[in-house]
Amino acid sequence: MHIAVVMRLVPDISEELDIDESGSDIDREWVGLKVNEFDEFALEEAVILKERFGSRVTAVALAGDGADRLLQSAVARGADEAVRIDHGMDRIVGPAAAAALLISPLRNLGVDLILTGVQTPEDVFGQLAPYLAGSLGWPTVNAVSGISVRDGTVVIQQEYSGGLSALLAVTGPAVLGVQAASQPPRYVSGTKLRQAMSTPIRAEKVDVTPELTIRIDALSLPEKERQAEMIAGNAEQVATRLLDILKEKGLVGR
Amino acid sequence: MHILVHVEIHQNAIAGSSRELVAAARQLAGTEGKISALVAHASPDLFKGQIGGVDETVIINDAALAEYNPEAQLVCLHAAIAASKPDLVLLAYTSAGIDLGPALSAQSTLPLVSYCTKIERSSSGVTAFCQIYGGKLSAKIDLPTPSVVMLTPGAYREDTNDPATLVVNLPAPPALAALKTKVFSVQAPDPNAIDITMSDRLVCVGRGIGGKDNIDQARELATKIGAEIAGSRPVIDAGWLPKERQVGKSGRKVKPRLYLALGVSGAPEHLEGMSGAELIVAINSDPRAPIFDHAHYGAKVDLFDFVEAMTNRLAD
Repeated sequence: MHIAVVMRLVPDISEELDIDESGSDIDREWVGLKVNEFDEFALEEAVILKERFGSRVTAVALAGDGADRLLQSAVARGADEAVRIDHGMDRIVGPAAAAALLISPLRNLGVDLILTGVQTPEDVFGQLAPYLAGSLGWPTVNAVSGISVRDGTVVIQQEYSGGLSALLAVTGPAVLGVQAASQPPRYVSGTKLRQAMSTPIRAEKVDVTPELTIRIDALSLPEKERQAEMIAGNAEQVATRLLDILKEKGLVGR
Repeated sequence: MHILVHVEIHQNAIAGSSRELVAAARQLAGTEGKISALVAHASPDLFKGQIGGVDETVIINDAALAEYNPEAQLVCLHAAIAASKPDLVLLAYTSAGIDLGPALSAQSTLPLVSYCTKIERSSSGVTAFCQIYGGKLSAKIDLPTPSVVMLTPGAYREDTNDPATLVVNLPAPPALAALKTKVFSVQAPDPNAIDITMSDRLVCVGRGIGGKDNIDQARELATKIGAEIAGSRPVIDAGWLPKERQVGKSGRKVKPRLYLALGVSGAPEHLEGMSGAELIVAINSDPRAPIFDHAHYGAKVDLFDFVEAMTNRLAD
């Protein structure tokens, strides 16, 4: 089985995000990029499949800042090869544009499964895995928390809200949006990561210019449903005050 | 305006988020608009009279629809759209919504937005307000019609309205006979595992807890205040707490009397699972953490210092 894992870099949302002058995007000049954490789970799950069932894993990323490092670290984490897709876009917004660039290289790879993270923090125009699936005419399952192979069939665990989950079987190629790997992503040593920095990356060029049919008109701070009453002071003072509040409400103490 | 709402059903129960879609659709369409609810199921009679507030129920009945199957539901959604050409298709931002919305958009070229928390009419179609960057910002997006909108669960409150009497039966699409996706089994949560929805006090640790070894400190505090320990998704994914203790979209929806969130940023998926708690207290070192917009009390202090101070006071 040949598995492609689509890896993406996304803005680090633990940092402060400022709105740029246009008012419709974040100021990308200073914001840090990090691997989309669900893509890391997708890669881990692909590597687990490789170890259990002998699959081949190809990490795929669209060209852009940090793409080479992203792909090389995927190799350090267990991918067999890395493919960078070169394109002529400055920025790729939304799954339709990403899918337009990814589809022909993914078809050329002849993969049986495409995995990627179930979502990114920028997914307002929809998620990549089901969009790719729709474009390819392949089945899709999202919020996947485990994949295995039984008698040649891919068996997928899908999670729903309320603690409910299901086991689904898919025949033929499919695109899966991974929510969690069967086990937490493994630790990769700095040495291994450094070694991977010399991994050759295969470049595939695509001559497609997806049209943007939809865009963000404005970004703003969200409307606040409520504003917490902030307890000032150091941890000791906060604990004292909070304990009083909890006692008052009958939530602690006798 | 004609709105088609997809009704999500698992184990013969309608998802609460589907009823919220109906409420959003009614606000948008007003009384002059038309709302259709698509029920694609092997036993549609089970849901007769269960979907209030819609003008008609569109039914597709086929044995392949006994349990939720992404491919089967997508086929039915296409059939319902082809039959009635709605101006808007509403889906919930759930696992099923993610399966269906983008695939539908790709195949029909209908524009789509997800993570939507508010939707309004505009001169050219609709305006959607969507959460982005973990809920730290909101994106305003003008959409033409027809289009597809995925609404964040919890953004609208379900209405109690009279169920529709009008039923439109659509023939089962032939593609249902040739599905590549099959449902093996559906599992309910383990009845022997802890059920955090039953606890009236929860101490929930988020990514800020930093590691598995640190959870013991939070657990000690939880024990002292008679609470169960719970975790947000990153904590569960990292294997620091078992799955049954997860709060949020892919975990449990809880409504305790006290919810003490330690190092939880408050991503939309987490808020969906706990925003109904009676008293929410958030401790986080990031002053811009979205959790502070949903908590009753908050403090910007180091969570470990706080846990230690709180535990010491309770020891007295």
